[in-house]
Amino acid sequence: MSTSLSIKDLQVSIDDKLILKGLNLEVKPGEVHAIMGPNGSGKSTTAYALAGHPAYEVEGGEVWMDGVNLLELSPDERAQMGLFLCFQYPTAIPGISMANFLRTSYNAVKGEEGEDGKKKPIPIAEFRKKLLEKMDLLKMDKSFARRYLNEGFSGGEKKRAEILQMTLLEPKVAILDETDSGLDIDALKIVSEGVNSMLSPERAFIVITHYQRILDYIKPDYVHIMYNGQIILSGGPELALRLEDEGYDNILKSIPQNGNGGN
Amino acid sequence: MAATVDVNLDDYKYGFSVPENYAFKAEKGLSERIVKQISEMKNEPGWMTDFRLRGYKHFMERPMPQWGGQGMLNTINFDDIYYYIKPVGADKAFESWDDVPEDIKNTFDRLGIPEAEQKFLAGVGAQYESEVIYHSIIKDLEAKGVLFLDMDASLREHPEIVKEYFGTVIPPEDNKFAALNTSVWSGGSFIYVPPGVHIDLPLQAYFRINAQNMGQFERTLIIVDEGAYVHYVEGCTAPTYSTDSLHSAVVEIIVKENGRCRYSTIQNWSHNVYNLVTKRAQAYKNATMEWVDGNLGSKLTMKYPAVWLMEDGAHGEVLSIAFAGKGQVQDAGGKIVHAAPNTSSVITSKSISKGGGRTTYRGLIKVAPDATNSKSNVLCDALILDDESASDTFPYIEIENSNVSIGHEASVSKVSEEQLFYLMSRGIEEDTASNMIVSGFIEPIVKELPMEYALEMNRLIEMEMEGSVG
Repeated sequence: MSTSLSIKDLQVSIDDKLILKGLNLEVKPGEVHAIMGPNGSGKSTTAYALAGHPAYEVEGGEVWMDGVNLLELSPDERAQMGLFLCFQYPTAIPGISMANFLRTSYNAVKGEEGEDGKKKPIPIAEFRKKLLEKMDLLKMDKSFARRYLNEGFSGGEKKRAEILQMTLLEPKVAILDETDSGLDIDALKIVSEGVNSMLSPERAFIVITHYQRILDYIKPDYVHIMYNGQIILSGGPELALRLEDEGYDNILKSIPQNGNGGN
Repeated sequence: MAATVDVNLDDYKYGFSVPENYAFKAEKGLSERIVKQISEMKNEPGWMTDFRLRGYKHFMERPMPQWGGQGMLNTINFDDIYYYIKPVGADKAFESWDDVPEDIKNTFDRLGIPEAEQKFLAGVGAQYESEVIYHSIIKDLEAKGVLFLDMDASLREHPEIVKEYFGTVIPPEDNKFAALNTSVWSGGSFIYVPPGVHIDLPLQAYFRINAQNMGQFERTLIIVDEGAYVHYVEGCTAPTYSTDSLHSAVVEIIVKENGRCRYSTIQNWSHNVYNLVTKRAQAYKNATMEWVDGNLGSKLTMKYPAVWLMEDGAHGEVLSIAFAGKGQVQDAGGKIVHAAPNTSSVITSKSISKGGGRTTYRGLIKVAPDATNSKSNVLCDALILDDESASDTFPYIEIENSNVSIGHEASVSKVSEEQLFYLMSRGIEEDTASNMIVSGFIEPIVKELPMEYALEMNRLIEMEMEGSVG
C-alpha cells in the first residue's frame, strides 16, 4: 500500500529558532492521524511547514507525497498536488467574495488541463450548484457566498468556511490545525460531520489538536504525542483518552527520555 | 490614409500613435499672441478673449506650486509644448463616425469608443488633440432639452448660458494650471440637464492626445438643473513618447436643488503626460455631487476633485483610486467645503504603489462658521506592494463651527505575507493571488462604477500590476 505522506527527519526553524527537531511520520490513504501536544511543542509549525509558509525555514529532512518531495514545491503547487491545510486562524481578505475566491481556488486545484496545458475553468452554473450543495451540508446560509473572504466572520464561521473549502477541493491529505479551538459544541458537531463525510479510503487526515474533545467526533486511527519538536509517543485512540485522564505532564514523565519533562 | 503605427506597446496598450495630419499647429511655446490667435481662429466673442488673456496674465505671474510633485513640476518646459493643434477636418464635431477622418476614427475604434457608445452610453464626445471631433447624443434626450455638445460649439450656440456660468466655479486666478487652461482652453464638454430629467445611461467623453509634446486643455461645464440627474464618464489615453506632454483641464459643475451629478474618470494617460487638473462642483439645496476618480496613468497627476456644499442639505462624495507604478507620482485626493448647515460629505481614497511608484492622499475638509450640523467622513487606505514604493497622507481639516461631526481614518498596509500564503495554500498562483488582493482592496470603489467600467478598471489594474514589475 502506498503512503499519502511520508515525513522524514523534518527540521524547521522560525526566526532562527529551531522548532521541529526531526519529525517522522508515515500517513497512508484512508488513515486518520491525530497529533496532540502541549503548547509550543511544534504542532502548528508542522502544519505551516507542510503547507509551505515562507516564514518557516526548512533546515533538513524530506516530505514525500506521490513520489515528489513537497519541500521543493511552492504552497500553490502543494495545494494542487492535493494537500490541504485547514487553518487555525484563517486570514481575512477584504473585497474578495467567498464565491469568487472558492471558484478561483477550485479551478486552480481541480480544473482539468486542456490540450493547451492550461486548466479549463468549471462553468459558473455548475460550480454554483456544487457550492450550494456543500454549503447546505455545513448548514451555511446562501448569503455566505457573497461575503468577503473571512472578513468579519465569527470563529465558528471561519472554521466552517475552512471545512467548506476542504469539501470542495477534495484533497488527498488534509491537515486540520486546531480546528476545534474556539468552537462551541454545536459548531464542533457540524464541522466534524463535514470532516467525517469526507472520510474515504483514498484520503488521509492529520488532525492537530490540543484537546481530546474533537476526537470524540473524528475518530483517529493513530494518536501521536508531540513534544519539543518531535513525536515522542504514538499509539491508538486509547492514547488520547489516557492523555485526557492523566494530563501532558504525567505522560511526559512516564517516557524515559523526557523523564523530567524538561527541555 | 495612414495606417496606425505602434510605438512602444510593451505594457501600455494605448501607446500607439498615428502620423500627424493637422490643419493648424501653433508654434511651440506660450505667448499672448498664441492666446489671441486661438481665440481668433475660434471666432470667439470679445469677453472670452479677455477672459483668456486674464488667465494668461495670471499664469505668467503665478509661481509654480512648491508642494505635491514639485520636483517633477519644476522640470516642465513650458516652451517645448504645443498649446493648440487642430486636426484636419476638425472644423466642427461630427455627429456620425462615418464623417470623422479615417485615421482619427481608427484610433477611436481601437480605443473601443464607438462600440461602447452603441452598447451602453447615452451620448459620446471624442476629443483629438485640441478639438472635439465627434459628438452625439441619443435623440430622445435631445427632445427632452438635454444639451450635450463640445464646449466650443456651446459658446457659439448658447453664448448666454456659457457666459453666465463659465469661470464662476473655478475663476482664472484659482491656481496656476487653472489659469493656464483658461488662457488656451479648447474642446471639452458642455452639458445642460433640464429640471427633472433623469439620464439613465452615462454620457461619455474621451480625450486622446496623439502628437508629441502636446498640451491638451479641455474645458468642461456641466449644469444639472433642479431634480435632474446625469452620470458623466471620461476616459483619456495618449501615445507613449520619450518627451513629455501636458494635460491641464478645468471642470466646473453646478448641481441645483435636488439634482444629482456623478462624474467618473478613468485616467490612463501614458507615463510621459503631466496631468494637472482642476475639478470643482457646487451643490445647492439637497443636491448631491459625486466624483469617482480613477488615476492609473500619467507621469505626475495632481488632482483633487472638490465639492462646495452651498446650501442646506447638500451632499458631496469623492471616491478616489490611484495606482502609481515605476516612475509615477499620483498626488490625488479631494476637497469638500461645507458652506451651509446640514451638509454631509464622504471622501474615500484607495491608493496602490508598486515598483517605486509614489502615491499621496491630499485632502481638505473645510467647515464654514455657519455650517452647523455638518457631517464629514474621510477614509484613506494605501496599499504598498514592495519596499521601493511609498505612500503619504496629508489630510487637512479646517473647522470653524463646533457643532459638526468629522471622522478621519487612514491606513497604510503592505500586501501581507499571510494573505498571499492563504490564497496560495488554496492552489492559487502568486501573481493571481496578489492581483486578487489588490482588486479586493479597490473593490469598494470599483463597485460604484457601471459594470463596463468596473471591468475596465479591474483589467487596467491587472495590466498595471504586470507592467510595472521590475
